[in-house]
Amino acid sequence: MTIQFNDETFRDDYSFYNSERAIKRFPFPFHEDSYMYSVNMEQHRGGPKDSVYEKRFDVDEHYVSEMRDRAMVLADDPLRCQSLPHMTLAGWDLLELIMVSKSEDYPDLFELHRDGNKWRWINKPLGIDDSFVFLDEATLPYGPMEYITRQAQGDFCVLDQRDDNLWMDAGMVTTQADWSLDFDIGMNFFEWHAPVPLAHEKGIFVRALKFLLNIQQGAPARRLNWTMTVNPLLDTSPENYHKWGIQKTTLTPENIGAKQHLRVELQTFFRLPRSNALVFPIRCYLCSFQDLMTVPKWGRRLHRVVRDLPDELATYKGFIDNRPMMLDYLKNFDDGLPTSAGIWPDLETEPALET
Amino acid sequence: MSGAEKIAVTVTDVVPLNDLVTRFEFKRADNGLLPTFSGGAHTVVEMRDGDITRLNPYSLMSDPMDQSRYCISVRRDDEGRGGSVFMHTRVKVGDEMVISYPVNLFSLDLRAKKHLFLAGGIGITPFLAQTKQLERFNGNWELHYACRTESLGSYVDELTSHHPNETHIYYDDKKQMIDLVNLLEGQPLGTHVYVCGPKGMIDWVRKTATNEGWPREAVHYEEFLAPQPGKPFEVKLAVSNKVIQVGEHESLLEAIERAGVDAPYLCRGGACGQCETNVIDYAGNFIHRDHWLDDDEHAGGQKIMPCVSRFEGKTLVLDR
Ligand code: HEM
Ligand code: FES
Repeated sequence: MTIQFNDETFRDDYSFYNSERAIKRFPFPFHEDSYMYSVNMEQHRGGPKDSVYEKRFDVDEHYVSEMRDRAMVLADDPLRCQSLPHMTLAGWDLLELIMVSKSEDYPDLFELHRDGNKWRWINKPLGIDDSFVFLDEATLPYGPMEYITRQAQGDFCVLDQRDDNLWMDAGMVTTQADWSLDFDIGMNFFEWHAPVPLAHEKGIFVRALKFLLNIQQGAPARRLNWTMTVNPLLDTSPENYHKWGIQKTTLTPENIGAKQHLRVELQTFFRLPRSNALVFPIRCYLCSFQDLMTVPKWGRRLHRVVRDLPDELATYKGFIDNRPMMLDYLKNFDDGLPTSAGIWPDLETEPALET
Repeated sequence: MSGAEKIAVTVTDVVPLNDLVTRFEFKRADNGLLPTFSGGAHTVVEMRDGDITRLNPYSLMSDPMDQSRYCISVRRDDEGRGGSVFMHTRVKVGDEMVISYPVNLFSLDLRAKKHLFLAGGIGITPFLAQTKQLERFNGNWELHYACRTESLGSYVDELTSHHPNETHIYYDDKKQMIDLVNLLEGQPLGTHVYVCGPKGMIDWVRKTATNEGWPREAVHYEEFLAPQPGKPFEVKLAVSNKVIQVGEHESLLEAIERAGVDAPYLCRGGACGQCETNVIDYAGNFIHRDHWLDDDEHAGGQKIMPCVSRFEGKTLVLDR
């Protein structure tokens, strides 16, 4: 299928929008009416047709505009993309993984032609047609990781694996939920997770790390994570907190449905073959409350999850102050009926909202 | 399903190198490309021997960038449980086999300014792939390789002719020994040392490096343990509600699999931690042989690594 790419912004006038198709395939992150941290990992081997799980790297209607936003962030702050010297081989691994996956999964949008180490990459949506020599940095305009992640939605952490730990030694991070690559670069799994509440005590990170260290070539994994963002901002970084933090105070009962967004990260994990590094793509999906409410099951469930979420998590995720206003809005979409299990919208089988 | 992804392959070459070691070459059965890998990776080879299935890990020794074929070298162990003997006596060119995707538990630290490789016997194999990987990127490396005798020195000729400056060979029967203390003392800052060989050699290198003040994370080692035969014993699997017998020549993991219970694993050599299993109850003694659990855990009686460890006694109940 060909994708109609939106012409939209994630800053200033916020012209970002989701089509009806994008709403239906939004990765709603709650499989039941409550939420707590867990080691919620599963294999990443496709999923229902047209869902965000179907392809190795999901490409959707926001692709072209997201890449434009990334280029703007990088122009202002080049430190959003960093790669320690020993991570160049992992960068080539990542370039290969993305080029091979996208050209196989979206042959109408991307083409990869390989003749030994002579490669030609065609990216039709972005109008790119480049020939280069694989493993020869001098033949690309940027390092291999930066080159390919300027053409791939979502953030990318590239983790070196050594000493039974993972180290954040490279990354492209411009669409993050309030954490900084420049701060975390060189840290290990426990160090960069230090700010997260409750999860350490529950032993979640020890088990999660063990799982990640054992992720093997050809057997990628995935999980969902979520937070809340006022206005469809991709770049909610600590570096720019002074610009976006203040926007949280602009919510009113009138504008909350349009302005308040559920922010979901589809996180995947791939072992990289030549370097034995691990790549962690973090793909961000945004959906306004009013769009979410068009799915009755999600309306009921989101109200219950936000209402019952432990204060520590609401504080960490940065919406404790706005929670009462959110609940005033969301309760109108919860008629108390039971909800079906799982994350899917179930539009055919779940009843409409009782009024 | 447990273990890494599988690949169907055809045996395309079988080359005896000397009295003990034979090299096997595999190509994809569908003629497609094999995955690239990183030097130090192994593959787990499935051997169908009547109704017994053996799964043995072998280091990949071919060029990691060569996607047309994989090579392994197998040392025959007549005392072992028969996997290596099966490879030597039963596997022929043209056979169809199943191997796993590459798994690396012994990868290069790419931050190293220099890589110092110490090999003993068949422990040379991961270094053959690692040196090929480093050559491609002009990496700085040096190899010290101890063999029993000249005739048992697999790949010595290839190494000394291609890399005369980097390679140093030692023959036991000529009483040649790696002068480890001096070797370690002479290394530039930022060197990482890697050792693969018999247990005694690994222990010697790790201990000497510690005494010489080398940081733990600059010393890398890999020892594949083959499961050892032992007295038969009985195990109760609590979750699947089965009582199974572990035979003399099979591992606890193999016995669990034979009973139709899916148990996690990767290396099958006591190194990766994947098969760690909780002990619910026991009366008897554990024979722990893994590198994964620490001494306290070995003494604690609450965990066992069924790929290599065994048990002697009356009752053993596992959470599986
Ligand atoms: C190697 C892969 C991973 C990377 C690079 C990564 C990175 C991060 C970062 C940078 C943060 C933000 C911390 C901060 O506040 O500064 C975070 C949060 C978190 N991570 Fe990870 N993570 C990884 C894997 C995992 C896995 C496998 C789990 C599984 C349980 C996990 C669970 C969490 C949780 C629960 C949070 C808090 C998120 C929230 O409440 O919004 N992470 N992670
Ligand atoms: S399977 Fe790797 S330690 Fe047992």
